[in-house]
Amino acid sequence: MKQKRTLSGKIVAYPHVLWSVLFIMLPLLFVLYFAFTTPDGAFTFDNIIALGNHKATFALSVSLSLLATVFCFLLGYPLAYFMAQASPKKQKLLMTLLMLPMWTNLLIRTYSMMALMDDAGLINSLLSALHLNTIRMIGTKGAVVFGMAYDFFPYMVLPLYTTISKIDKSVLEAASDLGASPAGVMTKVVLPLSSSGIISGVTMVFVPSISTFYISQKLGGGTFDLLGDAIERQFQNVNTYNVGAAISLVMMILVLLSLWVMNRFTDSDEGGTQA
Amino acid sequence: MKKLIELKNVSKAFDGEVVLDNLNLDIYDQQFITLLGPSGCGKTTTLRLVGGFETPDSGDIYFDGQRINDVPSYKRQINTVFQKYALFPHLNVFENVAFSLRLQKKGIAEIAPRVKEMLELVALKGFERKNVNFLSGGQQQRVAIARALISHPKVLLLDEPLGALDLKLRKDMQNELKKIQKQTGITFIYVTHDQEEALSMSDVVVVMADGRIQQIGAPTDIYNEPKNAFVADFIGESNIVDGVMEEDLKVTFSGHTFTCVDKGFAPKEQVDVVVRPEDVDVVSVEQGMLTGVVTSVTFKGVHYEIIVDIGGFKWMIQSTDFVGVDEKIGLYIEPDAIHIMKKSEYSGKYGDYSSFSDELDELSDASAVEE
Ligand SMILES: Nc1ncnc2c1ncn2[C@@H]1O[C@H](COP(=O)(O)OP(=O)(O)OP(=O)(O)O)[C@@H](O)[C@H]1O
Ligand SMILES: [Mg+2]
Repeated sequence: MKQKRTLSGKIVAYPHVLWSVLFIMLPLLFVLYFAFTTPDGAFTFDNIIALGNHKATFALSVSLSLLATVFCFLLGYPLAYFMAQASPKKQKLLMTLLMLPMWTNLLIRTYSMMALMDDAGLINSLLSALHLNTIRMIGTKGAVVFGMAYDFFPYMVLPLYTTISKIDKSVLEAASDLGASPAGVMTKVVLPLSSSGIISGVTMVFVPSISTFYISQKLGGGTFDLLGDAIERQFQNVNTYNVGAAISLVMMILVLLSLWVMNRFTDSDEGGTQA
Repeated sequence: MKKLIELKNVSKAFDGEVVLDNLNLDIYDQQFITLLGPSGCGKTTTLRLVGGFETPDSGDIYFDGQRINDVPSYKRQINTVFQKYALFPHLNVFENVAFSLRLQKKGIAEIAPRVKEMLELVALKGFERKNVNFLSGGQQQRVAIARALISHPKVLLLDEPLGALDLKLRKDMQNELKKIQKQTGITFIYVTHDQEEALSMSDVVVVMADGRIQQIGAPTDIYNEPKNAFVADFIGESNIVDGVMEEDLKVTFSGHTFTCVDKGFAPKEQVDVVVRPEDVDVVSVEQGMLTGVVTSVTFKGVHYEIIVDIGGFKWMIQSTDFVGVDEKIGLYIEPDAIHIMKKSEYSGKYGDYSSFSDELDELSDASAVEE
């Protein structure tokens, strides 16, 4: 039987549709429009071609965000696993600790990192007080990657924790029973069964990392030009809106592409189709 | 036969509550041994200790003469069919069954035929590519059995492996499992709370209650010579009455002194007397050793189930002859139908049919299945 949409159903669905059109579709169309026009509104491929000048920016952005994502994963996965095994009381405590930084605004967190890592910041003052060599941190790639990883770490742990804690414990026992060492249980059962969490976690760290401009500006000391910075700069001048839009467009395509590839890799996840 | 597994004074508590109390159990090679007992008596916990998923608080577990208390489960040649299947949801039927062989890095040329053979064994031919999440409970259980058997373990632990099957499939699988066990020579440690299943399949039955072993023995021994009131009541139907041992081969109960076949008790020792319902003959009042009034009769197909009031104590009797309610009848009991047991903590708690009704019986059966 085919279900007909009732009038009230349509009305209820309206705000949602309106919302999507206004805040998702329309901006995307604007991006598309600007990316392929001159400031006068004439159609052109120039903006896309001009992206050739930003090759280095793309490469740097992708590599730094990837690095931050990998760090988050390597630190986040064991933590999420540990949390999922802990007693309910401990789980609650760890969760609160994890969420605590998120109650503070991102900008404030980044500023406080600056205060810590500055040449004359807290860490270096401490080092010199101990008569040790000071370390230059602000303005290094390491600082930027650290900033990204620190800011977006909870977004990695939360989805991982959720999927790992849903894994039935008896399934892990079954694997061990059949001869899997702890490492075997991890690679053959826990990792595959948490793949959906891995995808969400990686996405939720990689996407904001690749589009951030604030972290690179504050912690990179202005030395690094990342995609977010480039886009921000282009949009500060009416005449370069179009190039900015082109960069945004390509970045979006990049993100979507990587998501698609990752989804392909883990298709066999729930279906059990592996042979 | 060689002793394969030995539990020595094994105790286990969870959160301060004793679940297994000083267990001693020897399991021999190629044996089919069944742990039988009511829900919560510690059967699964015992299996988990043998499988390596729990460690005993005190006492030792030996496998082939080696103490294995601290050997992790993946290093034990013991596989398990879990009470709740525990199949790998991300793998299909083939990969679930092949799991242990894949770990041993066997080639697909060896794995494929062995998986096929296993699936045929559990009547799941052609299920290789199926998603395990969409199988019925019974099919999942059979995948779990195939998965545990494929690597030829020395011991297979089965935790109520047939619990989710309908009666017909259950009977088939009972025969199948028994056959597999005979063929492969794998030692089976089987858990069930279905006494009929336990009696018909096992070489040895271990009756457990309250975290303790009540009796270990062959099915016929357990049935014919229960050690205490709990075992007598749990295995089959039993009338259990208080008695006094007059001397060897003489026991008094229900106001009559009987000749029996038991001896070795102190003179005038208080005992529990067991008489199985099928061992009581209905005779005329004049010929009866005991007399009583029939309070209810239920037709059961092969026989009638008759409840008789004898001096205030209700007996259950199974007879092929019809008697009417309120009829006065005589009962005749052969000496070898009388079984004498020492008094135990379970004395007086079981074996009286005064509150008996079919409805109650069905209710308790249903709740037993659910657990
Ligand atoms: N991990 C655990 N933590 C706390 N209590 C437990 C744990 N495992 C078992 N128990 C308790 O131990 C007792 C025995 O449990 P067990 O699972 O061995 O019973 P069982 O004989 O297998 O029962 P069933 O027939 O219902 O499966 C129960 O009271 C149970 O609540
Ligand atoms: Mg159990």
